[in-house]
Amino acid sequence: MRILGAKAIVEALKREKVEVIFGIPGGATIPFYDALYDSDIRHILARHEQCAAHMADGYARVKGVPGVCTATSGPGATNLVTGIATAYMDSSPVIAITGQVPRSMIGKDAFQEADIVGIVTPITKYAFQITSASQIPDAIRTAFIIANTNRKGPVLIDIPKDVQLEEVDFDYSERIIIKGYVVRSGEPHPYSIKRALGLIMNAERPLIIAGGGVIASNASEELIKFSELILAPVVTTLMGKGAIPENHPLCLGMIGMHGRVEANKAVEEADVIIAIGTRFGDRTTGKLEEFAKNARIIHIDIDPAEIGKNVKVDVPIVADAKKALSVLYSKLIEVGYSKKESEWIKRVNYLKEYYAPNYEEKGEGLKPSKLMKILRNIIPGKSIITTGVGQNQMWAALHFKVLEPRTFITSGGLGAMGFGLPAAIGAKVAAPDRPVFDIDGDGSFLMTEQDLATAVSEAIPITVIILRNKALGMVRQWQCLFCNKRYAYTDLGNTPDFVKLAEAYGAEGIRVESYEEFETVIRRSLNAEMPVVIDIPISPDEKVLPMIPPGGSYKEVIWYG
Amino acid sequence: MVNDFHIISALVEDKPGVLFRVTSLIRRRNFNINTITVGATEKEGISRITLTMRGDEKTVEQLIKQLSKIPDVIKISEVKPEESVYRELAIIRVSAEDPLKRSDIINYVNVFRGRIVDVSKDSLTIEIIGRPTKINAFIEIIKGFGIIEMARTGIVALPRKLKTE
Repeated sequence: MRILGAKAIVEALKREKVEVIFGIPGGATIPFYDALYDSDIRHILARHEQCAAHMADGYARVKGVPGVCTATSGPGATNLVTGIATAYMDSSPVIAITGQVPRSMIGKDAFQEADIVGIVTPITKYAFQITSASQIPDAIRTAFIIANTNRKGPVLIDIPKDVQLEEVDFDYSERIIIKGYVVRSGEPHPYSIKRALGLIMNAERPLIIAGGGVIASNASEELIKFSELILAPVVTTLMGKGAIPENHPLCLGMIGMHGRVEANKAVEEADVIIAIGTRFGDRTTGKLEEFAKNARIIHIDIDPAEIGKNVKVDVPIVADAKKALSVLYSKLIEVGYSKKESEWIKRVNYLKEYYAPNYEEKGEGLKPSKLMKILRNIIPGKSIITTGVGQNQMWAALHFKVLEPRTFITSGGLGAMGFGLPAAIGAKVAAPDRPVFDIDGDGSFLMTEQDLATAVSEAIPITVIILRNKALGMVRQWQCLFCNKRYAYTDLGNTPDFVKLAEAYGAEGIRVESYEEFETVIRRSLNAEMPVVIDIPISPDEKVLPMIPPGGSYKEVIWYG
Repeated sequence: MVNDFHIISALVEDKPGVLFRVTSLIRRRNFNINTITVGATEKEGISRITLTMRGDEKTVEQLIKQLSKIPDVIKISEVKPEESVYRELAIIRVSAEDPLKRSDIINYVNVFRGRIVDVSKDSLTIEIIGRPTKINAFIEIIKGFGIIEMARTGIVALPRKLKTE
């Protein structure tokens, strides 16, 4: 089949079962878009390329398949950067296709030329340029294999305009060889498993830290079975929220800087920790010397470079979380090991009860924590939450109990403000029959607000909950706690009227000033056919607490601000 | 050679951008390397990158693990200095206006098994090959005559063939 390069790209994407592409066309992708126009792949026109990338990311995280975004050369491509970096930090399989100036103009500072491969190399799993149309089929196959195997991550393919216009004999083979890239079986090494079992069976106070890797490998069921068998409480990282239902009796919630104190305390008291699919980020561990210092650590991760990178481990298991957990489980069953009761569980339950009153709301005004609890009580368990970044994100992480994997979508590693709205759009496209809520702040929302136009145009009914404190709240909180209340440039001043703003875009805008109104509006939004923006004024002095000061350990936790 | 000195050898695909990917990663992860060389191997389409660095075992292990994640890196391993052949080439131009000093320089070059590769009326250009320690020692000695210019290649290395093979 002899076809244009542009057509070959579309054909290849179809072979990879791509159903939707998020993007914005431009000069260097006109041939590609012309071919796309004839295909049955859905195209969602973003209003900013950053959003196109976040949408593809949100889509990928919810659906568990690669999300595809596209942009033209130069500014289109550079606008993708924040979205690509977000996907990289959170190991999300995003494929970015960028147009490039014609081959003869590369390096000549042509109009809308940018060295996007050079720019994104440090924030992608792989980035490369196609230099002839004959490479297209294998290049696209390569991109999908790399993005979606081992530790997942974004891949960028840069395609010069004249390559899109070159003819190619299209031949798509699924089995190709990438010399330096081995797709791991994910099977754990028997010796590591043996050593791990030794530790687990002798543990008095075992604890599991579940990271994003548990969700990426769809290992929730295995995690729950394993934790119940060995009676190990489960704490999660921010990315691991949803790995175990947060109403499960063994779940202690999130650890880290804004983690729940009982969870952080359990990490301190545990004697054996099984950490799964986590890179021990600084927001998770706090002061490394103090982190889990009474525990032997078993670290399960698909990426060998994560073993020993931040935290010294006793037993490394380079494996897929799902496979490692099922092997551990079946070996324990084989030898007849199971725990029926333990002092440790009593201790952990005591901690839960002991700290519970600290999370209760005090004082005047609408409390974000209460709003999160109300939201949880109303919306179905399968509903999807996305977040902005900052206080809104941490309130959601602390107080919204996630019940299913792939339903809490947040920019964990990069912490990219503006992620919430576009990720929600991508999530809703991936799961049209499930309610999607973006829990956002006014600062975050304003960074990508223009893509409400996308949601309205495409009739994608998501609900945006803006916790409006008229401030860059998280930075303000740090200024309050650590800078003697010198609020340097964190006052947003004249924030727009979000109700009118929503209406201007053709969405529904509602202001909510009581818990009752909130409940009513949320219930109503479950059946909305168009995007809804809920504006909730809160005090700028509301803080995310508890908090462990940066570089500190859980002992220095701040409860009251 | 102190034991914090490490040689890392990588077989990589010979295609555009590979050296960039390798060096970009080294910079991003805040590794500090001393030398890096790239050249052909016995196989077409495959190049060898040899790099040297100072650092503890953990740092070297991280560097190797991180570099091996680049899809263009086919194979990467540490080459232990004591179990390998490694060499560097230096070209040094030395001031030699005084004919008496000229013969001294030539003597030193001979002792170090170097070669004079270019002669002008006021300078000598020397080629010297060996382990970096030998080249450093030679430079130390020749410095007094006045080094005008110098270029060093960085290290290339191959593991020794084991006797048991």
